[in-house]
Amino acid sequence: MINNDRPSNQNTSSTLGVGGYSHTKATLALAKASFRSIMRSPSAVVFTLAFPLIFILVFGFLGGGGTKLDIALAPGSDIQNPVVVALEKTGLVRLTKNDDQKNIDSKLEKGNYDAVIKVEKNPNGVPAYFTNVTYTSASLDKGNILKSILNEISYNLNSQNLKPTVTEIRASTVTGRLYRTIDFILPGQLGFSLLSTGVFGTAFVFFSLRQNLVIKRFFATPVRRSSIVIGEGIARIGFALLGALFIILIGHFFFHFTLIHGAITVANMLILSTLGVLVFMGFGFVVSGIAKSESTIPPISNIITLPQFLLSGTFFSIDAFPTWLQPISRALPLTYLNDAMRKVAFEGAGLWDVKQQIFIMLIWGIGIYAVAVKTFKWE
Amino acid sequence: MEKRNAIISVKDLVKNYDDFKAVQGLTFDVYENEIFGLLGPNGAGKTTTLEIIETLRQKTSGEVIVDGYSVDKDPSSIKRIIGVQLQAAGYYPNLNLVELLELFSGLYGVNVNPMDMLAKVNLQDKAKAKYKALSGGQKQRFSIATTLINSPKIIFLDEPTTGLDPQARRNLWDLISEIRKQGTTVVITTHYMDEAEQLCDRVAFVERGQIIALDTPDQLIDNLIASGFERKKEVKKANLEDVFINLTGQEWRE
Repeated sequence: MINNDRPSNQNTSSTLGVGGYSHTKATLALAKASFRSIMRSPSAVVFTLAFPLIFILVFGFLGGGGTKLDIALAPGSDIQNPVVVALEKTGLVRLTKNDDQKNIDSKLEKGNYDAVIKVEKNPNGVPAYFTNVTYTSASLDKGNILKSILNEISYNLNSQNLKPTVTEIRASTVTGRLYRTIDFILPGQLGFSLLSTGVFGTAFVFFSLRQNLVIKRFFATPVRRSSIVIGEGIARIGFALLGALFIILIGHFFFHFTLIHGAITVANMLILSTLGVLVFMGFGFVVSGIAKSESTIPPISNIITLPQFLLSGTFFSIDAFPTWLQPISRALPLTYLNDAMRKVAFEGAGLWDVKQQIFIMLIWGIGIYAVAVKTFKWE
Repeated sequence: MEKRNAIISVKDLVKNYDDFKAVQGLTFDVYENEIFGLLGPNGAGKTTTLEIIETLRQKTSGEVIVDGYSVDKDPSSIKRIIGVQLQAAGYYPNLNLVELLELFSGLYGVNVNPMDMLAKVNLQDKAKAKYKALSGGQKQRFSIATTLINSPKIIFLDEPTTGLDPQARRNLWDLISEIRKQGTTVVITTHYMDEAEQLCDRVAFVERGQIIALDTPDQLIDNLIASGFERKKEVKKANLEDVFINLTGQEWRE
């Protein structure tokens, strides 16, 4: 069994020179592997693409634009009267003409109808019509809108043949960009998509690479630790940007999402996305470090993502929140990403115009990476 | 025995974990182009010793030289000339074998054809399979393929045959012998003494972090017999494993 007769191999000089190893090549090999892996991971695709797209679809179809008042025309009303005709012309009301009284009453109580209108011809001649309006306390704000609409209609109808004695209101409207629901919703969903892929994706990948000793095997090769982190980062950012581009294009071509300067706006949004996902990846590194087991990753990640999902103006403008809640909203990084995205996309702002938002995100980035360096574990 | 060239030289190696002394002053050499076995019960310090030589773990004290490089001063040079198979390593999720080998050739900075590597371990048919979908023996062979990517001078195999059926085990022995024939030094740990006897040129027995015997398997057996040891039962010309192989055939099924 002993190979004493074997001539000992004297050639021990290394065939791989010290300069022959390329860290760039190693980093790119890791980025490629990671990107392939992400594209095949169902959860990454669901969180980054499917979730935001579902919300965009829902809100895209829901938000036709503007407020509409639901008004029932009481049975027995005169349909061909000028009041109803003028009301329909405003385009602000959805008029239901053939509902029965019982139904109308019940829907009025629930606020499904904002008001009921009954128009009667005056048998005495002047005025020609009586308009009876019943509002509902279930929908007072819309009732008030209707009140002013009716006031204006009746004023116009009554003064058709009169010269105004005190004043005549000459109203005009500046032609503005139509701010659709999608213009608010899409940047929020985009921000959320970046948040999930940054936090969940990074946390899961690094945790499982560590747990399954994949990283340990990497350490037996000449690869540097920085190459592992950078390679993973490149793949994650690449995937997030692909998702972002997809969401923006779907929004633009199917739901008329406003991109003021076209391709430049898209490019600016992608730059903001890169910054966003970089910051959010920092949270992911922290989670991967502090999670004790795979099952603790989702709850910890949710603690980070859910408040931002709800409070960072993803669905509602922060201005709509109670004042005590607003400072919390204004402390979260996603708030600033969403804000910057909306300014860039709808108002046509350049990156310099949103420098304040970018600055705050950078501060978050520095802070979270400082924590990540302390908590991150390789083994 | 003629003096041979030591490619690995371990002197007074000590490794302490907090209050546990895993390795307590190991000294041994591994010669070029031999198959060297580290044997011993679980927890004896075999894996710790291997991982220190592989530069994956810091030692407490002692000296380890691998092909002229010190593990303290030049770990990255060592990493380039060794191939490492870990006891329980996983591989990047969602990738098939070819893609994993591409990744490793990037990590080692070499250009290899993944199919050639798979051919070396007879896994060409599994090129598009995921690592998780492989059988135990296939997993070990794939692990060995990843250790060969950088044409290493030394490969380290930590319990490569644990959990394999007799056919897969024998197949792996052939593969390891073949690798050695190409000029590679092999350091292996195992719990199977028949395996060590068949495969290893020299073995070291490690117990509680210390080497208690180091020699060729033949010599160690002769020493024992010379001390008056006798097996309780007369050894037959075949054992139950021979029966198993005889009945179920040599070729592998997976």
